[in-house]
Amino acid sequence: MITKIVINNVERAFEIEPDEVLLDVLRREGYLEVKGSCHTGDCGACTILLDGRPVASCLTLAAKADGHAVTTVRGIGDQAHPSVLQEAFVKNGAVQCGYCIPGAIASAKALLDENLNPTEEDIRLAMDSNYCRCTGYEQQVEAVLDAAEKLREAAKDEETKK
Amino acid sequence: MSVQKKGFTHVSEGPNPTTLVVGKSVTKVDGYALVTGAPMYTDDIAARDFPKRLHGKILTSPIASGAIVAIDTDAAEALPGVRLVLTWKNTPRTYYTTAGQGWPEPSPYDNQMFTERVRFVGDRVAAVFADTKEIAEQALKLIKVTFKEEPAVLNADDAMKPGAPLVHPENPKGAYDAVHNVAAHVDVNVGDVDKALAESDVSISETFETHYAQHTPMETHTAFAYTDDLGKLVIVSSTQVPWHSRRIVSRVLGIPMSKLRVMKPRIGGGFGTKQEILIDDLVAYGVIKTGLPCEIELTRREEFISSRTRHPMKIDMSIGSDSEGNFKALKMYVLSNTGAYGSHSLTVMSNTGSKTLPLYNKAMNVRFFGDAVYTNLPVPGAYRGYGATQGYAALETTIDDLAAKLNMDPIELRKKNMIRVGEGSPIFEALGEGRQGVAQTIKSSSLPTLLDLGAEAIGWKEKRGKRLRTGHKVRGVGMSMHMQGSGIPLIDMASASIKLNEDGTYFLTMGATDIGTGSDTILSQMAAEVLGVGADKISALSSDTDLTPFDVGAYASSTTFVSGGAVVKAAKAVRNQIFAVAAEILGEELSQDLVMAEPKVEWDNTQQDPILSFYRMEDGNVVSVRSGKKVSVSDVAYRAFYEVNQHQIAATQSFVSPYSPPPFAAHFVEIELDELTGKIRILKYVAAVDCGVSINPNLVRGQILGAVANGIGFALTEEYHFGSHGNMTNPSLFDYKILSRRDMPPTEVIVVDNYEPTGPLGAKSVAEIGINGAIPAIGNAIFDATGIRLHKSPYTPERVLSALRAKRV
Repeated sequence: MITKIVINNVERAFEIEPDEVLLDVLRREGYLEVKGSCHTGDCGACTILLDGRPVASCLTLAAKADGHAVTTVRGIGDQAHPSVLQEAFVKNGAVQCGYCIPGAIASAKALLDENLNPTEEDIRLAMDSNYCRCTGYEQQVEAVLDAAEKLREAAKDEETKK
Repeated sequence: MSVQKKGFTHVSEGPNPTTLVVGKSVTKVDGYALVTGAPMYTDDIAARDFPKRLHGKILTSPIASGAIVAIDTDAAEALPGVRLVLTWKNTPRTYYTTAGQGWPEPSPYDNQMFTERVRFVGDRVAAVFADTKEIAEQALKLIKVTFKEEPAVLNADDAMKPGAPLVHPENPKGAYDAVHNVAAHVDVNVGDVDKALAESDVSISETFETHYAQHTPMETHTAFAYTDDLGKLVIVSSTQVPWHSRRIVSRVLGIPMSKLRVMKPRIGGGFGTKQEILIDDLVAYGVIKTGLPCEIELTRREEFISSRTRHPMKIDMSIGSDSEGNFKALKMYVLSNTGAYGSHSLTVMSNTGSKTLPLYNKAMNVRFFGDAVYTNLPVPGAYRGYGATQGYAALETTIDDLAAKLNMDPIELRKKNMIRVGEGSPIFEALGEGRQGVAQTIKSSSLPTLLDLGAEAIGWKEKRGKRLRTGHKVRGVGMSMHMQGSGIPLIDMASASIKLNEDGTYFLTMGATDIGTGSDTILSQMAAEVLGVGADKISALSSDTDLTPFDVGAYASSTTFVSGGAVVKAAKAVRNQIFAVAAEILGEELSQDLVMAEPKVEWDNTQQDPILSFYRMEDGNVVSVRSGKKVSVSDVAYRAFYEVNQHQIAATQSFVSPYSPPPFAAHFVEIELDELTGKIRILKYVAAVDCGVSINPNLVRGQILGAVANGIGFALTEEYHFGSHGNMTNPSLFDYKILSRRDMPPTEVIVVDNYEPTGPLGAKSVAEIGINGAIPAIGNAIFDATGIRLHKSPYTPERVLSALRAKRV
């Protein structure tokens, strides 16, 4: 079957099998920024945004994304233009091996899109499904707090300009 | 230097050098690539470069012990899309060890690619390479195997009993006594421990048992191989040990090293499990047989069942002391379960003693002995902490009980007996990694400060022994103390090359294997510091057996110290070559002896490198100390490349050290124990560490936090469960519970910098030590809160509750 998905703001059409999961389709089509790990929805490494909501792409049927928008970590920012959130991860030492990071950033992005004043507890809750074995999480939580602060300042500047 | 923010305190002790790049939290060289998901891991590269590669799947044993009587692969081979089926019948029969260690290899040669026997549930039986993963999986189901099931050893306690089934009846080379299932044995004696114990005013003997647990890196073991245009076999692997992988694969498959290249891309975490050659041999052999690129990516389930774990140990610990608390005797016996294969069996067990007992060097009578036994259970291997974690579980809880017996404060008891600067321990010399060790004295230690700062941070004086109660919840505090090493002295060797570019930037190649720790970054910082540039002027390439010089790999807490030593030496050699050309340009004299002098790592911080009295590096320039004149390094490079006496300014240096300076740590924890449910909640965790000069404080903090999180998981929730026939029953991240973000307790990291004179720019290691504290510190806090001593990990609610009930009866 043919599925049409808007991926990182570009509409794409793929031939898929009805039982294929989004993770496999995305990686097959070259979206290698989406990382697979457990393939059972337990670890959060493969998290992407489906219409802005974080989902485990290893458990989401590709067919379900038909007509919907997918955002991967590369859609959030690339090396030439990293987002404030990605910048904060780098600056706060929140990255070690990096394998969990694309998923963690997707979850954090969804949180900050809804709430620019998250508490530490909000962050831990929103990103609880994103396992990380390297960092012990603390610097990642600090990175999201840092990004939220920068985004608030930017929003304030924007407001003043108006 | 002093940093204090929520969760992180960073202070310095003693005279530390002024540095420009080292000691700064430079961002990781791969940071931006990683946060934007660049395709840099093994499977990413395979998918991008070899979309039509073959996919391999491994058939594993459903039984713990038995013979393969018959194996029929016809139906599997006939399945369209199947390209190759491998069993013991059509693969090399070389005996080897999967442990990626130095040479001669200390682990027994008890492994073959495939054998006629299976030795644990999860052991290799056959492998299939096919056009897709699905076809390969389907083909596995078509392989007909007839097993003759045999009695199994499913408990380490039974392994050495007379009449126990033999796990390795073939009596492998390098196994200590396979006829009694003993893979490795160690016995080291200093003084007369039994006499000293008998004569001690106070003595204590306890047994502590640790459990099966796993590394669970986010990226599972992944490798692919292909043949390059010139016919060379190239393996790209998520390995911690590219050179050991090349050596082992070369030997097992009979491929000359000139025809074999192993590369390591970015690695999604290792923690020791990727110090094993588990699939590199298979993908390489797949390529040899099919001529096509081949990949294997273990599933999470396979990772749990078939890859590597931590050695479960049963440790008998005895301490003898006088009535004042002065230790007279330490006796430790280890029964280590090495599962079906003896990977790292001798060396992990050696470290259980050698990385723990020297911490209490006041005891002059010490015996450390142990047996690592084969069982028909999953295979342990290297795992962060490497035996020391298990050793400290026993040692640090027993000391706590001794303190109670002596009616002493546990911190005071430790202070009385701990090793201090200028002191050694007979154990350093008596026991190394599987062979005799190397004598050494401690040259740097901030242990007393760590104990003081840690105690203050947890509120030790106010809280210890108070048993603050809210309803059925009671609080307690506990602590533990640790050391580790920095590489294996006189064994681990690293090398690095640096060459100068015309614009005054540098290319650094090194064997050091960044597995996510940030070693590419901190090693670039070290080179930059010596060369007087920012870290951004160094471009680093690591771990490619063809393109970079040798390194043993990322293990034994060696990278900062050993690989760093090689980088510092190479940078000094290059710097001196630059000085020589600068002297020519400036028309000044510079003695060739100074230029050619062997660059040194060991350095007394109060002295200056002699050549620096003539020239120094400053922001991309060479400054003449005598004349004050300046010449840019770029001008030096252009002259050297194109103008006069043309040559490449470059150097390769190797480093091997007679020292392995231990980092030190003190861990403190406050818990709240629910007496109704047995659940333990950690209110606060404090990890204080001395790792010499912190090359990159952000990364140091990250290493400690990650190790603490892993340690807490090991102490509270992570555990292999087994069915009746030795089958692991919880092989998923759903059923095997590692710490999540909400599980991570508030954790304060305290880093006390000091200058380690034998380390590169004053550094020691930091990677492993942080994992050793959770079991003993939490166990000691449970004791403080309830008076209950748990002698078995993990401290699950069930175990806590049953101990509480037993106490009440």
